[in-house]
Amino acid sequence: MPELLYCGVFKDDEDVLGAVKECREAGFDIHDVYTPYAVHGLDRAMGLPFSKITWVTFGCGLGGLTFGLSLMTYVTDYDWAMNVGGKSSLPFPAFVPVLFELTVLIGGLCTMLGLFIFCRLYPGKNPKMKHPRLTDDRFMIAVKKNQNFNIGRASELFRKFHAEQMLDLDSEYDCFASQGGTS
Amino acid sequence: MSGNACSPLREPLVLGGKKLGDITQDVCGSIEGKPSTLWWFGFLLALTVAGIGAATMGYQIYTGIGTWGLNKTVGWAFDITNFVFWVGIGHAGTLISAILCLFRQKWRTSVNRSAEAMTIFAVICAAIFPFIHMGRPWFGAFWALPYPNFRGPLWVNFRSPLLWDVFAISTYFTISLVFWFIGLIPDNATVRDRAKHWLRRAFYGTVSLGWDGSVKKWNHYETAYLIFAGLSTPLVVSVHTIVSMDFATSVIPGWHTTIFPPYFVIGAIFSGFAMVQTLLLVARKTMRLESYITVNHLEVMAKIILLTGSLVGLAYGTEFFIAWYSGSQYEQFAFINRATGPFSWAYWIMVSCNVLSPQVLWFRALRRNPVVLFIMSIFVNIGMWFERFVIIVTSLHRDFLPSSWSYYTPTWVEAVTFIGTFGIFFTCFFLFIRLLPAIAFGEVKGVMKWGQPKGHSHDAGHSHAHGEVKHA
Repeated sequence: MPELLYCGVFKDDEDVLGAVKECREAGFDIHDVYTPYAVHGLDRAMGLPFSKITWVTFGCGLGGLTFGLSLMTYVTDYDWAMNVGGKSSLPFPAFVPVLFELTVLIGGLCTMLGLFIFCRLYPGKNPKMKHPRLTDDRFMIAVKKNQNFNIGRASELFRKFHAEQMLDLDSEYDCFASQGGTS
Repeated sequence: MSGNACSPLREPLVLGGKKLGDITQDVCGSIEGKPSTLWWFGFLLALTVAGIGAATMGYQIYTGIGTWGLNKTVGWAFDITNFVFWVGIGHAGTLISAILCLFRQKWRTSVNRSAEAMTIFAVICAAIFPFIHMGRPWFGAFWALPYPNFRGPLWVNFRSPLLWDVFAISTYFTISLVFWFIGLIPDNATVRDRAKHWLRRAFYGTVSLGWDGSVKKWNHYETAYLIFAGLSTPLVVSVHTIVSMDFATSVIPGWHTTIFPPYFVIGAIFSGFAMVQTLLLVARKTMRLESYITVNHLEVMAKIILLTGSLVGLAYGTEFFIAWYSGSQYEQFAFINRATGPFSWAYWIMVSCNVLSPQVLWFRALRRNPVVLFIMSIFVNIGMWFERFVIIVTSLHRDFLPSSWSYYTPTWVEAVTFIGTFGIFFTCFFLFIRLLPAIAFGEVKGVMKWGQPKGHSHDAGHSHAHGEVKHA
């Protein structure tokens, strides 16, 4: 269900960082913040947990390692064991390069898939941009208009951090739709 | 970025007092207009060379690799030299994007995108050579990939360094491509949001996967990016290590030395940075990117070239020392023959280009002179090609039996194939700088305040109504 949002548009990342911190202190629920580049510290300031994607990499990397080890053990020791000068048919040191490559390959590909799933990114997705310049040079804080919200306090707070513009949106529609249909 | 990024002790990474919106305009503007005459000239030239190369490759696959100048003593020559040369070129890109990312070297942001693209194209060029060398490349999948089959089943040999190479090169290519693609997502979204034509909107809409700049997504994105940097760092080192094992695990004097893995990795970084210098010096001039790829960037890369070039020189010396110290007469002969034998001309070209020419970079004025850097980078490119030629051909041409000693001269087929790979490389590169943002501006924006006075604002100069409130 779409939520009603109150948004401030900013021009400087330090203003955004400050405004996010004060929004949280004021008890507002932040729906999301939109930035044209990764602003360091903003995710922690919003109270987002560390991404769980590291576990995807770890698990799938281990999976790649296990797959490689089982494949090579099966092939060189069981299915077609070769006697090379009386040496062991399980030459572990010779496995190391391929084991490493398979760990990285499968871990890396799954990290990519994990990122797409975690962020719900897929080809042909309509991004529903909430402001035309959010991928260029503008930053936007979207606060939920729920029982913790107070419009007077919010607009005062945004103005304190030099907000260039303040908008009412809902979480489903971009700014053009909302402007065209309501104001 | 608000903390240490504002240190006044640092020199700015972006010059010319650029604002956030200027970067978008500068980079996107260059791929939005019509291509210049210079671009068409370069692209068509590269395409022609690539076409001639492709025809030659078709000819030798059809006729067989008897069209090459190999003989029973020199069984590996031009083909493997070119393979190792291109793989080496492909090392700087992922080094810049991965290792320098882990070391928090912020200057990488201006150069990483084009260096990564270069990596991918160089690895494509490299892969062509072992593919042709199979002789019957349509059987390649049978020989190179482990899969259950009806021939026994017969499996690939996991003890063979050549098979390790199959895994190393294909993993390196795949992970570099993924790393590059993920880095492009936010920048493609910017191009999508600026696009006017429906075709452009559809293309950039597809390759940006619906990116909207949400911090909840940036949180996962940044973590994934760091993981890729962490995965790619040992990968960069592993690839040329494994390539060096193609030689080092043999019993040929001049090849079976334990110094090979670090020696090859350093040489690869050296040659890769030289190629990055060559391409970026051209790109920054023709695409007017001097504010982003500054003289400071060139100087930092020149320092890496000086360091790795000197390390390569150290490796050449160490090889000679170990040949003498080992007491093995075969090993000693291989090295004395290298420096004084029939291929000594190649050896001394290698030493002068790789060890002597970078020494000019001890002088700050020369390190900051684009013309000097360009000439020097060409010398290094030539020198590093000769390094592989020297290692491969001079170690083989005089073997254990003097009656079978011989010389090697490439045929026109081998020469044209090699030139053709340059055509393929530059065709891809020209397409890349036209179609995709050549500078990772999503990352450059994050380091803009680096070295700028505190309080520097990102005011883009557009007059929007301040404090405007709209109610739904």
